[in-house]
Amino acid sequence: MDFDLMITSFPKLLVATVVTLKLLSASLFFGLFLGLFFAILRLNKNIFINKFAYGYSYIFRGTPLLVQIFIIYFGLGQIEYLRTTFLWVILKEPYWCAIIAFTLNTGAYTSEILRSAFQTIKPGIIEAGKSLGISNKIIFYKIQIPIAIRQSLPAYGNEIILMMKGTSLASTVTLMDLTGVAKYIISTTFKPIEVFIVAGGIYLFMTFIIHNVIKYLEKKYSFQ
Amino acid sequence: MELLAFGKTGWGDELFYATLMTIAVSITAMLVGFFFALIFTPLKLSKYKTLNLVGNFYTTVIRGVPELLVIYLFFFGGSGAIMYVASIFGYYEYIEINAFVTGSMAIGIISGAYSTEVFRGAIQSIDKGQFEAAKVLGINKFGQFYKIILPQMLRLAIPNLSNVWQITLKDTSLISVTGLVEIMRQSYIAAGSTRDPLFFYSFAAVLYLLLTYVSMKLINKLEIRYSRGH
Repeated sequence: MDFDLMITSFPKLLVATVVTLKLLSASLFFGLFLGLFFAILRLNKNIFINKFAYGYSYIFRGTPLLVQIFIIYFGLGQIEYLRTTFLWVILKEPYWCAIIAFTLNTGAYTSEILRSAFQTIKPGIIEAGKSLGISNKIIFYKIQIPIAIRQSLPAYGNEIILMMKGTSLASTVTLMDLTGVAKYIISTTFKPIEVFIVAGGIYLFMTFIIHNVIKYLEKKYSFQ
Repeated sequence: MELLAFGKTGWGDELFYATLMTIAVSITAMLVGFFFALIFTPLKLSKYKTLNLVGNFYTTVIRGVPELLVIYLFFFGGSGAIMYVASIFGYYEYIEINAFVTGSMAIGIISGAYSTEVFRGAIQSIDKGQFEAAKVLGINKFGQFYKIILPQMLRLAIPNLSNVWQITLKDTSLISVTGLVEIMRQSYIAAGSTRDPLFFYSFAAVLYLLLTYVSMKLINKLEIRYSRGH
């Protein structure tokens, strides 16, 4: 066991953790809106809109995240037209490609979580709102959305942790996130176990924090 | 379309074999996972605190650390560990483990952690009376588990195991970083030599969708079969 290596690699890995956290927070932020948007589309009675939203979540949940990143990073650059538009400024950066892929991926899972949360809301609550003369729009924003968010907290907590692990794939498109730096140190020192313990420890610590924050929120917003 | 032709002109046959490789790795990893789950589930359900701790350590660490990091650990550390064990027995030559073994072990350990949680949940939801009845009938511990609990547990576990299967299938794409030629790696090679990444990665996505779709259909059949009488 090489403790010196563990101590010297720790600050390097901590710096890389910042990249991981940036990727995670950006994709969760955009993914939440995307997920909410598609969850609402899923509840739409129009069969085409409904199928479109289902197709989106089916494709992104049925394929590996790695394929999605590769299509966006390596694949989209091939389209000549895209290179001439302003989108190319974003798409040539691996950082933004990773965020786009993660956002689309987490959006698909989030839309499923929110959809099932919307569907488990008791009709009585919506009826109560209607009989009090509250408009449909206000019922949706002030009653359905808050309840759905509370209902989906446990599942969403899992999704955050899965996404945190997912950000490690950013290292495959040359980004130096926690896993990327860990791999670099491993391949230069050939001491995989030491580096795994330190990097894995940082990931576990983040999982622990996320888990407890979600638990706290669940308690705070419980119905009792 | 000619890019997908079979034979020397296209990538059809290569991608076909790569798909078979993905299926082979997934099944092997799933079986390795079951093996780990059969060890760690009893530990998690044991009444001894130390054994609980060991079981919880396994599932917590594996489910909290990225799959890619575990794969790198096995990829870079695998042959080192085997060589260390071999050196104890007086064998000092270089040993290289095959990418298939490394990959299925790494993914298997990950899938095992998920399977353990599924089995634990399933066993806990079996009616207590079943355990008591088995005891009263004088069936020994081994028989209790394998003849009474396991068959009932499987029925309850199948829906969740189908999720584990989907996760495992998708995780195998990560083994491509070790050079094992499965769908992802083959698409990477094809994309590199034809300079058509968009087509080949999209085709890889279609292959994965096909695999998940077909396996869902098969698992649904299995589910119906195992819930006969319920």
